[in-house]
Amino acid sequence: MRVSMVALALWGAAVAAPALSETVSDFTLPNGLEVVVIEDHRAPVVVQMIWYKTGSADEAPGHSGIAHFLEHLMFKGTPTTGPGEFSATVEAQGGNDNAFTSFDYTAYFQRVAADRLDLMMKLEADRMRNLILTDEVVNPERQVILEERSQRIDSDPGSLLQEQAAAAQYLNHPYGTPVIGWRHEMEQLSRKDALDHYSKFYAPNNAVLVVAGDVTPDAVRKMAEAHYGPLKPSEGIVPRIRPQEPPQLAERRLTMADPRVSQPVLIRTYLAPERNSGDQKQAAALEYLAALLGGSGTTSVFARALQFETQIAVYSSAFYDGTTIDPTTFGLVVVPVPGKTLDEAEAAMDGTIAKFLKDGVDESAFARIKTQLMASDIYARDNTDGLARRYGAALSVGLSIKDVQDWPQILQDVTPDDVMAAAHLVLNRNKAVTSRLTQPEEATQ
Amino acid sequence: MMMRIVFAALMFALPVRAEVAIQSVTSPGGITAWLVEEHSLPFTALEIRFKGGTSLDAPGKRGATNLMTGLIEEGAGDLDAQGFAEARDSLAASYSFSPGQDSIGVSARFLTDNRDQAVALLRQALTKPRFDADAVERVRGQVLSGLASDAKDPGAIAGLAFDAAAFGDHPYGSSGNGTIASVTALTREDVVAAWKGALTRDRVYVAAVGDITPETLGRIIDDLLGDLPATGVPLPEPATYGLTGGTTVIDFPTLQAVIMFGHDGIARDDPDFFPAYVLNEVLGGGRFTARLMTEVREKRGLTYGISTGLYPLDHGALYLGQLSSDNAKVAEAVSIIRAEWAKMAAGGITPAELDTTKTYLTGSYPLRFDGNGPIADILVGMQMQGLPIDYSQTRNARIEAVTLADVARVAKRILKPDALRFVIVGQPDGLQSTN
Repeated sequence: MRVSMVALALWGAAVAAPALSETVSDFTLPNGLEVVVIEDHRAPVVVQMIWYKTGSADEAPGHSGIAHFLEHLMFKGTPTTGPGEFSATVEAQGGNDNAFTSFDYTAYFQRVAADRLDLMMKLEADRMRNLILTDEVVNPERQVILEERSQRIDSDPGSLLQEQAAAAQYLNHPYGTPVIGWRHEMEQLSRKDALDHYSKFYAPNNAVLVVAGDVTPDAVRKMAEAHYGPLKPSEGIVPRIRPQEPPQLAERRLTMADPRVSQPVLIRTYLAPERNSGDQKQAAALEYLAALLGGSGTTSVFARALQFETQIAVYSSAFYDGTTIDPTTFGLVVVPVPGKTLDEAEAAMDGTIAKFLKDGVDESAFARIKTQLMASDIYARDNTDGLARRYGAALSVGLSIKDVQDWPQILQDVTPDDVMAAAHLVLNRNKAVTSRLTQPEEATQ
Repeated sequence: MMMRIVFAALMFALPVRAEVAIQSVTSPGGITAWLVEEHSLPFTALEIRFKGGTSLDAPGKRGATNLMTGLIEEGAGDLDAQGFAEARDSLAASYSFSPGQDSIGVSARFLTDNRDQAVALLRQALTKPRFDADAVERVRGQVLSGLASDAKDPGAIAGLAFDAAAFGDHPYGSSGNGTIASVTALTREDVVAAWKGALTRDRVYVAAVGDITPETLGRIIDDLLGDLPATGVPLPEPATYGLTGGTTVIDFPTLQAVIMFGHDGIARDDPDFFPAYVLNEVLGGGRFTARLMTEVREKRGLTYGISTGLYPLDHGALYLGQLSSDNAKVAEAVSIIRAEWAKMAAGGITPAELDTTKTYLTGSYPLRFDGNGPIADILVGMQMQGLPIDYSQTRNARIEAVTLADVARVAKRILKPDALRFVIVGQPDGLQSTN
């Protein structure tokens, strides 16, 4: 009863504030650059993000890590901006800048006072087509990305295991190759590799510009036309059709032992559908499934069964991210309490899944998640950068602005039956990779 | 009255200026809070901080405050842990409780439409936590799990080793999470004592930003905090820094070593704090143009990132830096850091560095005020540091007032190349522990 009252109250709140769609506008320049403007006039601050529709899954075979390496090298200068001058200029304006690379996109952003947007566009447009690379800047930066790999992956057994698990999950699709790259291939990445990737993918007709903050669409259009408008589109941009996975006919299992492991971990990932333009319902149901199974350390299905009732786990969770071009993964994690084995943890996890598939969705838990998703739409609007990322990522994986704006309602329309249908589709061990992280046997005796 | 965050153009060098309309609200019960009204979104961010933190742990009870904080949301009043979580999630409210060395933070976010219910629930957690036996065991298990992870995490090992050598038996010399032995031995009575000693009215600070009026905020804070004990256990004594210069190598089998380095620092209320802040930004601020980033990463590729920071704690101060570097490169990185430390101590910074750093620091300051939660966090931090309510409007002037001579003088004063201690967790080529 209380749940439905809260939901009603929230609808009132949602109506009281202007709908998000009213603050978002978009247009496309003649050279193909898509532009999205998100207005938030609470403070005179703006973020510019340029999203290239290319990521590590678009790399040439044998050159893993080049998308990310290029992301680092994009700060090394053009005929008019010296190495390091890009960031120095942003900082001299009191701004911050950075970049990130994913399987499906590479993005660059600056956060500055709103009256500095024109300069940021000038700089960003310049390096879209005019990057200059010399061995003098490329060679030390290769060492930097190797150090980054050491820090992020090689120093962390859990990250190493996830890398192995992804490689096992994707036999044929490039999502099986880590974004940062395999070390032996990273060591060989050259200036030419970077420039090849750059000239192939970095062009206005393969990018999305998102500007969010204290700006008007008209002002953004004028600046974008002035700076990005003259850039020539690339003729080599083709749809991203990647090798797809063959049917999985056998369960895949792997175990990694590492002396740096303090406690064993069980991770199961299932191949799962992603969000598609005009077809996001299944992905929405999987969002609920992840929240129901492992979204709370106290009240989720896993927490209740594994941490409260049987006390076999010290930690459990579920995860799903559907904002990808190709099929993604739905994941489960269980960390057993000391004294319980991974076999016991896995048996308990599988028993819990089987029971969930038989019993179905707890209606009150479902209602709570629905309420939280609705409220998250209000909270999200306090974070303009987060909104910019939401649009940029979605548009970079082939979703439309309408898809982004429909998403909250699609989430609200999900039913318990939808969730169970998605659960039966995805939670199949024969389509899964089950990974175990353990200490070496000598260490456990 | 201004109801929003308003920035006004000031001059060319200062693109925007923080003019946050902060009100001081005193509740009928006498508790003061700082408020920024922001009615465009129907929710409120509330930040509550209790001075003291994990350093209040009684002797032999290390980890009690941390365990207590982890249990605050695990059952209160009539609700057990699951009942509490269900009630909170039904309201789409969120509360987080974070134990720090010098304070316990309580961050809450709730919608306007069910604000009273969300506050009532938070009140239960703060004033009527149950500390049920099964919850104590479950959360104790989570804490022990974290400690087991820390024991194999080179970054955690380096931090603990540095702190222990620097501060010995003072609470700053050990982890606020406790040790496996101390946490295993904690009882429910220890947890209750930690709660009664730490969450008290004499050391509470409050800030709120969002869709709430001063009257409502005053009522809420009385409701939330009015029934807490008036006074808490004594704050710790000042911590004496006892570490000498040198190198400590802790053997750990890994490709890449974690290196923590530094010496004693400077207090937040020291008159030289602003020159020191500018100095640090030039030497080891995390930006790409900082000297250490330029020398260690950009020119030589010895690390993915290096930064230094001033740590003005309530009872002591550190100047610390950290990086990770492959074992074969550690010795070179260490020698460069030493050289840069000495160079800065002797020569200070250049006029160009002073100019660009001022522009960056003053220009980026208003960008921090970007959302209800971040602003509330800044406001409560200002109160805890004893800063005036108009600080955000004078802060940039304090940066602008720093001169080259100030930085050179302060560099000589606070940078001590001979006192630099490097704690290296890994297997660095060609480096051994000294003294």
